[in-house]
Amino acid sequence: MSNLERKLDAGEFVVTAELPVIDGGGHAEIMRQLAPMKAYVDAFNATDNPSAHAHASPLAVAIALIQAGVEPVMQLTCRDRNRLALESELIGAAIHGVQNISCLTGDDVTAGDEPEARRVFDLDSPQLIALARVLESGRYLSGRTTGPAPHFLVGGVENPGAPPFAYRVRRAAKKAQAGARFLQLQICYRTELLEAFMRDAHDSGLSKRLALIPSICILRTVGGMRFVATKVPGIDVPAQYVERVERAADAEAECFEIAYELASHALAQPGVAGIHFISFRKDAGIAKLCTRLGIPPRVGRESKERESNGDSASLAG
Amino acid sequence: MSRGAGIVAALEHAIKGPVWGCQMCGQCVLHSTGLVCPMTCPKTLRNGPCGGVRADGHCEVKPEMRCVWLRAYESSEELPVWRHHIDDLRPPVDNSLKGTSSWINLVTGRDKQTPAGWTAVADVES
Repeated sequence: MSNLERKLDAGEFVVTAELPVIDGGGHAEIMRQLAPMKAYVDAFNATDNPSAHAHASPLAVAIALIQAGVEPVMQLTCRDRNRLALESELIGAAIHGVQNISCLTGDDVTAGDEPEARRVFDLDSPQLIALARVLESGRYLSGRTTGPAPHFLVGGVENPGAPPFAYRVRRAAKKAQAGARFLQLQICYRTELLEAFMRDAHDSGLSKRLALIPSICILRTVGGMRFVATKVPGIDVPAQYVERVERAADAEAECFEIAYELASHALAQPGVAGIHFISFRKDAGIAKLCTRLGIPPRVGRESKERESNGDSASLAG
Repeated sequence: MSRGAGIVAALEHAIKGPVWGCQMCGQCVLHSTGLVCPMTCPKTLRNGPCGGVRADGHCEVKPEMRCVWLRAYESSEELPVWRHHIDDLRPPVDNSLKGTSSWINLVTGRDKQTPAGWTAVADVES
């Protein structure tokens, strides 16, 4: 069982973060990216060609993360692989002890720098989640045996900030039905939409069926803010945020303030199981934000958890 | 495909093509999707909208088009029956049925056949 699975099962607060995309630079580059955030993060997402731009494969990066002594969440999208390739990727992940899997539809190829590529979408994300469950039964989709059944912590994503808003919790419930045990929520700059999603998830009991983890993006520049506002599919950024960063004397500090405000808001919602960070800063942005939010480093959280478990045990005794 | 089956498929396409933009997937789920064909989604998603829907409700891939799943959701809410079918987990598309008649596949039950491994998924659409 992965550490992330153990924590989610125990109802412990989790911190996940997206490892910046890896191109050249090998293990040294991965170590360099990990260094400033390693102490705070329970598991790192190895992305799968985000925004339809090619980078090192999620399985290769996930293996490198294990070798670096940290836990990966391997993202898999339906955009670039048919069901055979998805099955072999998952079985391959199991060989290397990569258990945390996040299943996504994937941005369309038109969002990327190679729009002439063929889009695949042989499966959709709920089906990919279900496929991981099929493999966990010790069978490929065809019914052929895999030998000893692999074990995964299967999750996915949902976007509270994209229409049809009222349907998003039902779609998330479909992912729970398919076997998802956590959902990392897309970055959401419209706080009222995240609020409505978390409230509906709480009222319908969904947040008890799987762990909901809102995402916070720490940007750095006016250009970065404009890119997210205009180029990332499914993220609607109210003009006030772009204007705030444009007007600020220190764009990086203003971006940090915005991330802090959105994170504080997200953490105040009912049923939040953790937080997911995507940082574009070159320094320890995630560590700074955690400190400001009052989220202790991983070791601190774990020992605190042990203490409180010990306390409850002694109370019970 | 036999000559008879070919004629039925041609007739089906002649009717469903102009009305629903039918792509002849051979395993029709229109009644579960508010009578909006999910195969007209550029990502051919069978289980709901992706996360890329634009703020104005238009498609990530084709900005001039309203999201197929947004339309499916809205019109399924209007349906007197089948409203909650949209929440069913639909199995992967059987690509070997492309171009065949879903009417024949419905009658023969062929459209409900799923790969043997899929039985591990408890709540597939029945």
